[in-house]
Amino acid sequence: MTPPSAIARPVVEVSTIDKSFGGVQALHRVSLAIEAGTITGIVGENGAGKSTLMNILFGLCHADAGEIRVDGMPMRMDSPRDAIAHGIGMVHQHFMLIESFTVLENLVLGVEGGILLSRGMAKARVEVERLARQYGLAVDPDARVADLSVGEQQRVEILKVLLRGARILILDEPSAVLTPQETERLFAILRALRQRDVAVVLITHKLREVMAVTDRVVVMRGGEVVAERRTAETDLEALAELMVGRKLRLQVDKAPARPGAVMLHAERLRLVDGRGVRLLDDLDLELRAGEIVAVAGVSGNGQTELLQVLAGIQTPTSGAITICGRRFDARRPGDPADRRAIGLAHVPEDRLRQGLVAPFRAAETSILGYQDGPRFSPHGLLDRPTIGAHCCDLMERFDVRPRLPSLRSFQFSGGNQQKLVLAREMAAKPKVLLVGQPTRGVDIGAIEFIRRELVRARDQGCAVLVVSTELEEVLSLADRVLVMVGGRVVGEVEPEKANERRLGLMMTGSMA
Amino acid sequence: MSWSQRSLPAWAEILLVPLINVALAFLVVGIIVRLIGIDPFHALGRLVVGAVGSPESIGYTLYYATNFVFTGLAVALAFHAGLFNIGGEGQAYIGGLGCGVAILAFDKYLPGWLMVPLAITAAALFGAAWAAVPGWLQAWRGSHIVITTIMFNFVASALMVYLLVNVLIAPGSMTPQSREFGPSGQLPALSGSALNLSIVLALGCCVAVWLFLWHTRWGYALRAMGHNPQAALYAGTDLKRMTMLAMCLSGALAGFVGVNELMGVHHRIVLDFPAGYGFAGIAVALMGRNHPVGVALAALLFGALQQGGAELSFDEPAITREMVVVIQGLVILFSGALEHLPRPWIMHLLPRRG
Repeated sequence: MTPPSAIARPVVEVSTIDKSFGGVQALHRVSLAIEAGTITGIVGENGAGKSTLMNILFGLCHADAGEIRVDGMPMRMDSPRDAIAHGIGMVHQHFMLIESFTVLENLVLGVEGGILLSRGMAKARVEVERLARQYGLAVDPDARVADLSVGEQQRVEILKVLLRGARILILDEPSAVLTPQETERLFAILRALRQRDVAVVLITHKLREVMAVTDRVVVMRGGEVVAERRTAETDLEALAELMVGRKLRLQVDKAPARPGAVMLHAERLRLVDGRGVRLLDDLDLELRAGEIVAVAGVSGNGQTELLQVLAGIQTPTSGAITICGRRFDARRPGDPADRRAIGLAHVPEDRLRQGLVAPFRAAETSILGYQDGPRFSPHGLLDRPTIGAHCCDLMERFDVRPRLPSLRSFQFSGGNQQKLVLAREMAAKPKVLLVGQPTRGVDIGAIEFIRRELVRARDQGCAVLVVSTELEEVLSLADRVLVMVGGRVVGEVEPEKANERRLGLMMTGSMA
Repeated sequence: MSWSQRSLPAWAEILLVPLINVALAFLVVGIIVRLIGIDPFHALGRLVVGAVGSPESIGYTLYYATNFVFTGLAVALAFHAGLFNIGGEGQAYIGGLGCGVAILAFDKYLPGWLMVPLAITAAALFGAAWAAVPGWLQAWRGSHIVITTIMFNFVASALMVYLLVNVLIAPGSMTPQSREFGPSGQLPALSGSALNLSIVLALGCCVAVWLFLWHTRWGYALRAMGHNPQAALYAGTDLKRMTMLAMCLSGALAGFVGVNELMGVHHRIVLDFPAGYGFAGIAVALMGRNHPVGVALAALLFGALQQGGAELSFDEPAITREMVVVIQGLVILFSGALEHLPRPWIMHLLPRRG
């Protein structure tokens, strides 16, 4: 590792970077300095240019104009190889690990150091143990990556970067996949790194985390740096306003719910996986028209499976589900198409993997799951003009940018892909709406909009079930909160009477 | 941001890239031909004349292209469903069995206008059935389709030898082939070559595959499954049934090779008539980017190579049959395996958009 530098000079500077993608200006005269021994947060809405800036810094794409200086020397970053050589390391949101390899094998990949693997491995093992002690980056070097938890996998990614001698560590949305506990642990590691003079850059749109861990915040909007603040001298509301460029109301205004008839009823729902583990353990659930019920819980306690079973993607081992008066059970499980036909819509948790087909045009994605009706395919033939118009309408209402139905789905930014899926499901005017992690991966402006739309659907008589790991979201959105632990509902709370602390305790199973 | 990667304009993607690939292949071929002491331009001239120099040679080129269209479409359609069907060879063989058996059974009783559609349907059904078994094994038993389809090629081959030697052989004949089809089971030839009405069927298949994939809800669901099975499941598609559908359609398309070969040319069931068309279909689909128009164009090229190459080896004894296979192989290599080779150059040369 580098010796601690006494000089408070920036390790990396970018100045007046321009970058455009086919007519769209993604970055405009962006300048930024990152100092050793600090944690810098970069915040901004989807498409504000955060990722583009970091990709340029990491050599993944080229700037049209501008300069990158490392230790005061102008550098060309033609590829990640150059960036790594200059001590810049990046941990991506989606891990780049080989699952069937052990931790150590993953760590030495690319820096094997000779023909025989054993020497490099032995050296890496010593190094890993040292790093583990220094930064609390504890992982079993001989475990298979596939067997690790998401938090541990992320630690492997960080180790990988540090082993290559990184002095600048860029993390892209590191907490998106972590539980609150794992996030805390990550932050402890980041603080330890700061102590050792590593410059940490955190790209995120979770402002709470920025407030919790950074020293400095850079706010980006529309491809420009609009503000730079010392974290200690700013607050959440101010940052949110800077990001969006207007005042926000994240607290949802809503009238009291007027629950109607039971629209969805799950009885003794059980799902047992191949190893005999009960992912759902005799779960009961009732959802009425005109109410929002939120399922809170630490991820991995069966919420994902609950959604999959209710939506008909997975078949329960036993138990029954009644949706809008129609009964499904293990013998007649029905499929997602049957559910849709009786008025159930489902926004999957993992929208990018489950909710859309990446190479499909936006117009095609906008009817995924609804392709069979007479509206979009009379006599089995797809009605292209109607589908295009439908997609335009969705894009208009949910502000999907750019408004190009012929663009392929993967060409939209992550947040806009999310909005397209949400729009599709909510526009179907469902009687029952299942939403997994409604605001995961979308920016703060969209969060406001999505929450308002969910409340509006409720007011129009839709029964809404929300599964979320964000307690703040659960509390502000729900009329009733169910807490899920170990595949069963362990308690119900009224959001007015609950607070995050109480809910958090229930979620860990220490209070019923 | 993924849209940062500049993609080529559609016309360059569809026309320019394949053309440059073919040109590169010919360049390498030219060097090889030079090395064995023949003027490459002379050889190229002979090849072109051989392929399109006379009505008869054009007829043969189109006749070969017909086979390549069928097998190319078969591979392309399965590919859109995320299935790599390399059993076109066997499906073509069994498809031929289907139409042959139908004709042998009914040609004495049915008129041509009834016999021909019946035989074509039989070819489709037999081809589909031969593809359905690997499809079923994949969908319900998780056996990998690449392994099972290639195995089924061998099974088909062995089965056909058995049937032709022991069952279908014409009485009193010494060669393992069936009796000749009656007139109602023969497709009329076009021009004085092997070209026959099957080419109309091939063009119809191109249109039908295009309509099916991009303009029906089943094609939509099939493509969704091919790109992202999880999303297709979420959308309510029964993946097992969709796998079966894709494999059956793919097998039926491959089975039509039997129509062209047996009803159009041999007028009897013979041994080994698929002659590698099933495998070449993979290259045709690759080169045609799995689009029916592309497949048709690639099939034309492969047909021309087949015909022109045959003429060339006839004219120039130094260029053997095997040399023609080398040419085909290089085209496959450049348009299939190395298809992305010229991309950065084109990217560089084209004016920046926006």
